[in-house]
Amino acid sequence: MATSTPAPKLNYIGLPILDYRGGKSTLCAGCGHNAISERIIDALFEMGVEPERVMKMSGIGCSSKSPAYFLSRAHAFNGVHGRMPAIATGAVLANHTMTTIGVSGDGDTASIGMGQFVHLMRRNLPMIYIIEDNGVYGLTKGQFSATADLGAKLKTGVVNDLPAIDICALAIQLGATFVGRSFSGDKKQLLSMLKAAIAHKGTVMLDVISPCVTFNDHEGSTKSYKFMQENDEPINEIGFVASFDEIEVDYDSGEVYEVEMHDGSNLRLRKLLEDYDPTDKANAVRTLMEAHENDEILTGVFYINTEMPTFIDLLNVVDEPLGTLPESLTRPPQSALDALMIALR
Amino acid sequence: MATFDPSLGNQQGASGARARITNDFSINVATVNGSGSQSANSVLMKSIFGMGVPVSGKNLFPSNIAGQPTWFLIRASKDGYVARKRISEILVALNPESAEDDVQALPAGGVAIYEESLKLDQARADVFCYPVPFDKITASICPEVKLRKLVKNMIYVGVVAQLLAIDLGVVESNLRRQFAKKQKVFDMNFGGAKAGWEYAQANLTKRDPFFIEKMNKNEGKIIIDGNAACGMGAVFAGVTVVAWYPITPSTTVIEATSDLLKKLRVTPEGKATFAVVQAEDELAAIGMVLGAGWAGARAMTSTSGPGMSLMAEFCGLGYYAEIPGVIIIVQRTGPSTGLPTRTQQADLLSAAFLSHGDTKHPILLPGTVKECFELTQAAFDLAERMQTPVFVLTDLDLGMNNWISEPFDYPAKPLDRGKVLTAEDLERLGGFARYRNVDGDAIGWRTLPGTRHPKASYFTRGSGHNDAAQYTENPEEYQAVMDRLALKFEKARKLLPAPVMVRNGKSKIGFLAYGSTDCALLESLDQIKQRYGKDADYLRIRAWPFAQAIHDFVASHERIYVVEQNRDAQLASLLKLDLPAAQVTKLRSILHYGGLPVDAETITEQFALQEGL
Repeated sequence: MATSTPAPKLNYIGLPILDYRGGKSTLCAGCGHNAISERIIDALFEMGVEPERVMKMSGIGCSSKSPAYFLSRAHAFNGVHGRMPAIATGAVLANHTMTTIGVSGDGDTASIGMGQFVHLMRRNLPMIYIIEDNGVYGLTKGQFSATADLGAKLKTGVVNDLPAIDICALAIQLGATFVGRSFSGDKKQLLSMLKAAIAHKGTVMLDVISPCVTFNDHEGSTKSYKFMQENDEPINEIGFVASFDEIEVDYDSGEVYEVEMHDGSNLRLRKLLEDYDPTDKANAVRTLMEAHENDEILTGVFYINTEMPTFIDLLNVVDEPLGTLPESLTRPPQSALDALMIALR
Repeated sequence: MATFDPSLGNQQGASGARARITNDFSINVATVNGSGSQSANSVLMKSIFGMGVPVSGKNLFPSNIAGQPTWFLIRASKDGYVARKRISEILVALNPESAEDDVQALPAGGVAIYEESLKLDQARADVFCYPVPFDKITASICPEVKLRKLVKNMIYVGVVAQLLAIDLGVVESNLRRQFAKKQKVFDMNFGGAKAGWEYAQANLTKRDPFFIEKMNKNEGKIIIDGNAACGMGAVFAGVTVVAWYPITPSTTVIEATSDLLKKLRVTPEGKATFAVVQAEDELAAIGMVLGAGWAGARAMTSTSGPGMSLMAEFCGLGYYAEIPGVIIIVQRTGPSTGLPTRTQQADLLSAAFLSHGDTKHPILLPGTVKECFELTQAAFDLAERMQTPVFVLTDLDLGMNNWISEPFDYPAKPLDRGKVLTAEDLERLGGFARYRNVDGDAIGWRTLPGTRHPKASYFTRGSGHNDAAQYTENPEEYQAVMDRLALKFEKARKLLPAPVMVRNGKSKIGFLAYGSTDCALLESLDQIKQRYGKDADYLRIRAWPFAQAIHDFVASHERIYVVEQNRDAQLASLLKLDLPAAQVTKLRSILHYGGLPVDAETITEQFALQEGL
């Protein structure tokens, strides 16, 4: 008797999840980055994003390799160390109709790439910027990065004596319009956050703590699985309802902060902290600063602003991608040159 | 040159007795920077242009906003020479700080027009002195103290115009054109010029021999600077993304581009068909250009030496990942910060090999403002055809100074967008390998992000890759890509703008040069003929990698003089890398690198010295 294979589950644009997969990961087994890649696949699949309409951008480092491990059907650009923001900016200027996902690391962003990161955030370029944050340089075998916590210890016993940069607080201050932190091991939270990120119009900055199993997952590390499981303090529980989903009724709406995203979908934040309002910039920064004093690592969506114009809005460009405009729109006519020549006589 | 009897000094009578020098001299206007003299200088220059006399204007300015000496050289030349003249015969001294030195630089029989109180007649008895009470005249016609600085400059224009016999009507029509829609500004400026003119007519007796006489050499011609011409070239090449960081002397390339884009590239709905981004630094600027080029845009940036150094890493990525982009370099005097407002041709080698590893970039070398327009356009076509960053190398002299030119021609050919596969192509082909040499031209086919086909995507990387754009550390696969890149570069010799045979009299002596050196060399070749009775041939280089015609030129001459504006003979060095060993010994260098534009005398003198003349 023949057994019938069950038809694969299709998303709302009719694609199986297989169409969202990438190449086989060459990262270490158990690396947090692989879990993040999995969530990116899930989010794009569930949101029904057409794979060919995505641009994957990255810099240099373990994190920056990961775009090879999801969404093979999307164009990818693995650039130079710390300079992904510039390449991504250029690519988005050339084609702002795409969904753009940048994957960076803590070294790629907070050290060598800090200058470009800062200016990317303040431009509010429509893209999702993910930092796979392990506080350590993996590819060069374990040096501290600028997000390593004060007092954190390397496997070799070296202690970090410089303060960590809180990349979320920084991004909020700089002008990013969707800022959150999650943990690679927190499937539900990360997935909801990524889905909301896809719906957001503007710069999304997600700092995802992603333990390095080889160089930074031991006693004394503040970015290990164990440490995160013990010290992770969510400020909100996240639920996301895409605009094409039926509104689910089972979500506890007791203390829910609802944000309507640009495409009509809803991000629901169930408050765990009293008076937490993710649209209050000053409060968001204060909350993050206070958490540092209490040695807590907060996760959740810290800040959202759906009102700010994006860089593309400010440039007031045509709806079609600039990169493929026809010559009739990009080369002025003979009469224009003739007029210029007469004026120069 | 007129004879001059210093004993007659400034008591000399009417000029009728001496030979007139007509349409062949240089005027040095010495002012303080920040005094707003630029528009007055431009009006004087354009008035000479309006008299039909070939003219050039060179601004020798300090790296400073206000308070430092600045000189504007206006050269009138009936023979059409537009290079800097080493000596200016006429001085307009408006800067007390530099006046003493400036007047000492005049040749005997020269002319000094100056603010009365400077008393320059005491410094030189052998020049014609015209003291003018600029401040008094200004105060009498301009009650507003704030505007006096500007009016004072226009007064000098009137004085000079009267002394040189330039029609006041020509000055007036120039001002009218410049301030077409601002009657009040026109009134103020023309009022100044007129007051200067009237003062000179009533109070100064013309004794010097210098005159401007109407000619008809500027019919249909335009005046423009090279940076504006590059900007215009970019706009008519259909540029869509511009990313830049301000730096002298390239800033006005982008300002010109931006102004024209706002004028010519906005849809009826008010939407822009372009994006101009002032980046946080030059690293970001070139990164944006590569990102945009990768996603299909015609993208460009413009910078000068220090910015180019910062772009090095990205340029290597552009070369290896094969991404189009246009980089306009307006060279200034290096090394390091150098002399930011002075000119040089010292970035050729650094542009050619910018970045680590076996990296090299095609370079286009415009020699005139018209070529700034044409070669900037060509750069966009070549960048997309060759899938690589293409440099356009000009310099401060060509870029920021005013040049007479034939009007620019509308591009004859449609844009060449290079080898890009569409979804339909992919459907027909069933897939593609990004870096495979399928056509024998050493150029692969590319796809653009957003192409709706499951086989459209590829992974762009600066790390080792094979011809299918897959990561590799395999020596054979790595080397295959590097060899194809070398072949692509080799084939570019035929794609790039050919050199121009400027003079070919079958002489044994040949000259090679590029860029703004051209104008001084043309004049020098005439001097060499006049003074030494020698003919020499001249081939003007317009691109690297070098065309076969350059090899042929060297092969067919006994001695080759390479004229360029840097200390280390960079063009000659590039030629030596390229030429067969037997040809290399033919090369000799004529170098000029003090920061001022090269003049003909310098070339002629060095040539004569090396030839033993």
